[in-house]
Amino acid sequence: MDEKLKNELSKQGIITTTLQGLYNWGRTSSLWPLNFGLACCAIEMIATTMARYDMARFGAEVFRPSPRQADLMIVAGTVTKKMAPQVVRLYNQMPEPKYVICMGACAISGGPFKQGYNVLKGIDRYIPVDLYIPGCPPRPEALLDAFMELQKRIDQQQLTGANRPRHLNADEPSEFTVPRFGAHDLEPANNPNVWKAPLVQISQTGTLQTVSPQAGTDESRSD
Amino acid sequence: MNLEAIKSEIEAAVPGCRLELVVNPSPSGQHSLRIDAAHAVAVALYLRDAPGLRFDFCSNVTGIDWPGKQTTEKVKVSKLVDGIEQEVEELRTTAAPGSLEVVYHLYSIEKKHGPLVLRMSTGDRDANVHLPSLTPVWRSAELQEREIFDLFGVVFDGHPDLRRLLMWDEFQDHPMRRDYVDPDDYEYEPTAHDGVLRRASQHLSEGGGR
Repeated sequence: MDEKLKNELSKQGIITTTLQGLYNWGRTSSLWPLNFGLACCAIEMIATTMARYDMARFGAEVFRPSPRQADLMIVAGTVTKKMAPQVVRLYNQMPEPKYVICMGACAISGGPFKQGYNVLKGIDRYIPVDLYIPGCPPRPEALLDAFMELQKRIDQQQLTGANRPRHLNADEPSEFTVPRFGAHDLEPANNPNVWKAPLVQISQTGTLQTVSPQAGTDESRSD
Repeated sequence: MNLEAIKSEIEAAVPGCRLELVVNPSPSGQHSLRIDAAHAVAVALYLRDAPGLRFDFCSNVTGIDWPGKQTTEKVKVSKLVDGIEQEVEELRTTAAPGSLEVVYHLYSIEKKHGPLVLRMSTGDRDANVHLPSLTPVWRSAELQEREIFDLFGVVFDGHPDLRRLLMWDEFQDHPMRRDYVDPDDYEYEPTAHDGVLRRASQHLSEGGGR
């Protein structure tokens, strides 16, 4: 619809919109995060919801204790290998559409515990992540920024077409493999449908070179 | 608090126990007492209940892994070489079995003294890893002994609830042992250096590891 006509109509008290706009507006304005925290990042997440930073301004004050009622998972803190299956299971139990914010260095990559024997090197090895917030821990402003970025992305989603979001595409999975406890590590160690190792070559001198996917040989390795 | 005096006091009170004074030459001078596994509980009970000692608080329990050592030395042996007796140098390797050690730090709230450091060693690192639990004596040792069981693999006999603490039940390794090799998930190391760089380049050269 013509923007000018739309403005003119709204002056007369007639509001016009599209189904897509209405749908996205509804989801954007009432994201319900899942009420769980894993480590110190959770303290910052709690601070974000309290009066000083007041996440309620963006429509996300309702932290749900049940995954069945939540549509945003904020992975706030270190994901230990012992905890990883439960996190993936919680994600699987959330109804679509669902989003994941990866909060802090630990949830992104394992952070300072990356080489530890009991820490998962990033939750994106098992579930798809929409936004990453670096920091150790990130400040509440960073979480709010990520939250607003997520709202922006939801607002721009198309309901049809090739770019439609995952939950509107019947072929895309909404449940992901829950890793099992193995004798030496989690099995599988990552979900190849979700995560592929970034293409990094380590030369003998110890300098790193990032290779673009076209030039790399990794295309043949994709399962 | 004189460790020598405590040692002779325990030896008088617990007949048959073998105690060894482990001297710490550093400035801190935290000398410790190695006790034998067979009399450990009796010694611990005495330390807790003796009116002059009253070590009523076990603040810390930790483990140490002493890997087995292979020492090679050159030995001069007389041998018959081409019919003539000659002195030949030979390399002889001797393998000493390692052990796992458990360390208890004791304090007395009542007498306001401490710490007293107790040590206990297992026979080796594979089969003889049993030690008596001191949890019945000091309840505060319960979780820490579970952690040592989990990470070092020391089996505490008499522990009320000996399960893995940090790792899952199906896990089979003991991560704090020095010969533990962590799983090969070095696909992506953006700032690799030292050991991590070695593992990462090994992983990449093997074409993705697992």
